[in-house]
Amino acid sequence: MDLENQKRVKEFYDQYGADQLVVLVGAAEGEAGGLAAETVALGDPTFAGCLAGVSLKLPCYHICEPEIKEEIDEAVYDEQISMMEMVLDVDDICDEMNAIREQVAEA
Amino acid sequence: MSNYAVLRGASYTLAHTPDMVIHDGATQVTERVVNPDGDYLKELPKHLRSYEDAVKYAPNQAYIGNIDNEELKAVAFPWYENPTEITDRTGKYGEIMPEDEYYGLMQICDTFDLVELEAGFAADVKAKLAANGMFTDAQVAVLDKNANFTEESLAAVVADGGCGLYFNDKLVGVIKKAHDVDVNLSAHVMLENIASKATSVLSLLHLVRVTGIDPADIDYVIDCAEEACGDMNQRGGGNFAKAAAEIAGFSNATGSDTRGFCAGPAHALLNAASLVKAGTFKNVVVTAGGCTAKLGMNGKSHVEKGLPILEDCLAGFSVLISEDNGTDPVIRTDIVGRHTVGTGSSPQAVISSLVTDPLDAAGLKITDVDKYAPEMQNPDITKPAGAGDVPEANFKMIAALGVKKGAIEKKDLGNFIVEHGMKGWAPTQGHIPSGVPFMGPCRDMMLDGSIKRAMVIGKGSLFLGRMTNLFDGVSFVIEANNGQSEGGSGVSEEEVKCLIANALKDFAAGLLAQ
Repeated sequence: MDLENQKRVKEFYDQYGADQLVVLVGAAEGEAGGLAAETVALGDPTFAGCLAGVSLKLPCYHICEPEIKEEIDEAVYDEQISMMEMVLDVDDICDEMNAIREQVAEA
Repeated sequence: MSNYAVLRGASYTLAHTPDMVIHDGATQVTERVVNPDGDYLKELPKHLRSYEDAVKYAPNQAYIGNIDNEELKAVAFPWYENPTEITDRTGKYGEIMPEDEYYGLMQICDTFDLVELEAGFAADVKAKLAANGMFTDAQVAVLDKNANFTEESLAAVVADGGCGLYFNDKLVGVIKKAHDVDVNLSAHVMLENIASKATSVLSLLHLVRVTGIDPADIDYVIDCAEEACGDMNQRGGGNFAKAAAEIAGFSNATGSDTRGFCAGPAHALLNAASLVKAGTFKNVVVTAGGCTAKLGMNGKSHVEKGLPILEDCLAGFSVLISEDNGTDPVIRTDIVGRHTVGTGSSPQAVISSLVTDPLDAAGLKITDVDKYAPEMQNPDITKPAGAGDVPEANFKMIAALGVKKGAIEKKDLGNFIVEHGMKGWAPTQGHIPSGVPFMGPCRDMMLDGSIKRAMVIGKGSLFLGRMTNLFDGVSFVIEANNGQSEGGSGVSEEEVKCLIANALKDFAAGLLAQ
């Protein structure tokens, strides 16, 4: 995850606390989505950013996951996201995101 | 009506700079600060490619024009495991220059005596540059000024804030700082800027070779790289374009710089085509050099996965846009997509604004464009780094929008990507992959009749500059020249169809309003 984004997530965490935050990602691949989720939940695996060794345990979802899709107005989703939903490997993304959330739950 | 500017030719060049990967790539520079004793910097040198390997690398041969996209597609993926048999450093669009010659070229491009080369090294390089055939005797003679420079004198310059130039891990040259205090003129910035200028110059020289144009006939040059030159009072003052034009011998040209991150080249090409169509200038060149900071940008992923460092080349390109000659492909400056301030940043909004909106306005369908040229990054580089196949992702998005628009069936999505897309071949040098690598092949394909219409799409991440959170992009259509546009009196069949379609649309809207 981009170092600047890590910094911003950390600032929001400090300001609002873990209970008030959900991190939403729009990564094009499962692996990249999983890495972002890992960074904001378990810490930066590349040890480059401010979240290196910092476990915020923030819930993280991809915009194409069903839990999020349900929350969004259908017309808006169709106008903004449906094209990407057709393009992305949504199953792979969901698997990666679920795997990280399970790891966080077990941690 | 008509009289569009035409695409008269394009050149593409690479400079293979493995030592610059280590010393000047931003990933490595950062690593030396935050993790100087880490494994990455220790492992990195073992993953650098030889010049011979870089020449045989299929995407590099595609970039300089020795193989076309179909031939690239036929090479088994990953490409780094399957080199071509080609050992020719020169192609129909340009060349792949080795690092030692490139340092010599940097000195030729340096007008402030900031580059110094070790005397023996300089003598070797001088002979090689003379044999290259691209440089004048006076340019090659610039290297004579190194007679007094030794490894010791160069090391003293480095100790005083200079940047070393290394070849096979040995100090062979320096870039001196251009000011004692001003960081905008530090050795590091001067190295980045002279490196960008030098690759731009190499491309300009090849453009002259490729197109046969008399350098004196070029009126205006637009540089669209991603560097900035200036001093503490005007940090981005410019002007790379005129500086490079001077070395390339474009004695009657002036120029200016256009910036827009990766979208810069598409903006610059639109400006160039518009200047020509307006009759302001007859011959405008769009040019850009490479970016040392991006060398080895994804090096950590490549090293971790046991790959060679594939981002080991600086890239440059130049494109000649001229008044209509009735033959070369026309730039349709009336079919232009724009990502506006109000467009929004979702991929769907971006692709609609750049692809379907301009096509809709022109009465064209997504399938009416034979080839799309978005960001043409080499997937050999991006896939192992977790960024996927960038061109393929773009083609999928365009196809998915086609499905949403009803222009293609969902089951034909895969075919659309094969027929209207291409394999990416451009080095990940930011502005370099963004649509423009196709300008040369596009001209060839239109002249031989294999395609009739193409769309170039440039996209840029403006938010990286922290001035706005906005994204950006522009696109335009290129069409085969039907030979009727000269003189401004011809109207193509497509235009007639478009006019009729628009008239019918207006008529229908009128009926509905009643």
